[in-house]
Amino acid sequence: MKYAYYPGCSLEKNSAAYDISVRAVAEILGIELAEIDDWNCCGATEFFSQDELVACSVVARNLALVEDHLRQVVAPCAACYCNLKKVDQLMAEHPHMNTLINEALAAGGLRYQPGRLRVRHLLEVIVDDIGEAAVRDKTVRSLEGLRVAPYYGCQWVRPGADVDNPEYPMKMDELFKWLGAEVVDYPVKAHCCGGHMTQVSEAQAFELIRRLLQNAVDYEADLILCMCPMCQLNLDGYQHRVNHFFGTKFNVPIVFFTQMLGVAFGLDPARLGFGKELVPALPVLQSKLGAAPASA
Amino acid sequence: MIAQHPQRPGSRLLAEVIAETPGGERIVHCLQCGSCGGSCPSGADMEYTPRTLFAMINADRRDEVLSANTMWACVSCYFCTTRCPQKIPITEIMYTLKRMAIREGKAKGEDAPALARTFTDLVEKYGRAYEVGIALFYLGMKKPMAALRAGPMGVSMFLKGRMALLPQRIQRIDQLQAIIRKARELGGAA
Repeated sequence: MKYAYYPGCSLEKNSAAYDISVRAVAEILGIELAEIDDWNCCGATEFFSQDELVACSVVARNLALVEDHLRQVVAPCAACYCNLKKVDQLMAEHPHMNTLINEALAAGGLRYQPGRLRVRHLLEVIVDDIGEAAVRDKTVRSLEGLRVAPYYGCQWVRPGADVDNPEYPMKMDELFKWLGAEVVDYPVKAHCCGGHMTQVSEAQAFELIRRLLQNAVDYEADLILCMCPMCQLNLDGYQHRVNHFFGTKFNVPIVFFTQMLGVAFGLDPARLGFGKELVPALPVLQSKLGAAPASA
Repeated sequence: MIAQHPQRPGSRLLAEVIAETPGGERIVHCLQCGSCGGSCPSGADMEYTPRTLFAMINADRRDEVLSANTMWACVSCYFCTTRCPQKIPITEIMYTLKRMAIREGKAKGEDAPALARTFTDLVEKYGRAYEVGIALFYLGMKKPMAALRAGPMGVSMFLKGRMALLPQRIQRIDQLQAIIRKARELGGAA
């Protein structure tokens, strides 16, 4: 099955481990990803705070650039996913906005028919389209003995509330049960990581990050699995700052779910971007899963 | 079952918020139940929770509403929207209030507008987000102490190969800029 692929800015450098592992597991599962030519930033939340029509038009350019024969676009970043889906739906439900956005697109020689594309997160594609049998079939290395805490964040599961339970999502839990992992059932798995608040109010952001880390530790998770680069950055990149701020001693590795999926598929961790996280994950993999991951 | 209230006359501010928010007309059905504030991870940091703010919008208290920190403390997590028994698009209304507050010069004490502006100026110039630019032009200029505290993490990110020093420019940046110019003209906002 072929999908248009919208990596988003974070996956270029900041979360290159996500992009590398997404492409690696997609190849194994037969998911063909055709990167949208010359895509632009989705604007995160920042255009929406200033000018809605500009915000929507910036997002819509990406939808308009998808090749005619493709009907689905995959975004691994939950924030990009949210924006692409939100704008498509807004255009479909509000003809006035559709007209204005298309007028703006026309200034760049583009046009988008709302509803033409279905916006998907990679997790949905793997769990719903590929499914349990195919995932089990590709699993050569069970994750048995590893306690993983799936972390869903907000932007995938809540805005549309149509992909999973918006307060108690289960798709990543299911996927990791198929892989043999011990899935940690912890209450805050769909709470907020703070988003851009690390740049605005450290006290507010660090408290949200602390709650997530503390809860995962309380439930004895070996590591946290992310499906959004912003979540990974806040939990991993800021973990040291959070420790300093609260006097805590968190040392929880934060990896992308696709990285662990790749390990289960027998890929070398070096090919999955391990080692880019600031809180090292490989020691945990070594102690819980055995020696093989050491090659990274 | 969503309770339907008879349309109240409403205030001028209410009419403006509704006009600027797709789906915003549901705000008139607010029951003042407080599920929004109770669900909000930032509720404790807000001067007024969304529930209170909606009552103030209805009472046309324009200055207090647009000067409130409520929308700036919002992290766009959509918990309120999901839980609202009246299906009010609360998160989207927060975006509307941010736009109105910036436009009317009521967000002066807040840092978030400068972050937003820096972020979008860079996207408009290059077509992609540029983190080092945000660190220099937002944190560096606006919050130098925060920039200093963030320094060691920046170095770690760079050493891990997670930070691009130079911006990435898309090929057809002219096309993106033409679209943005046109959208701005059609929307009539600054």
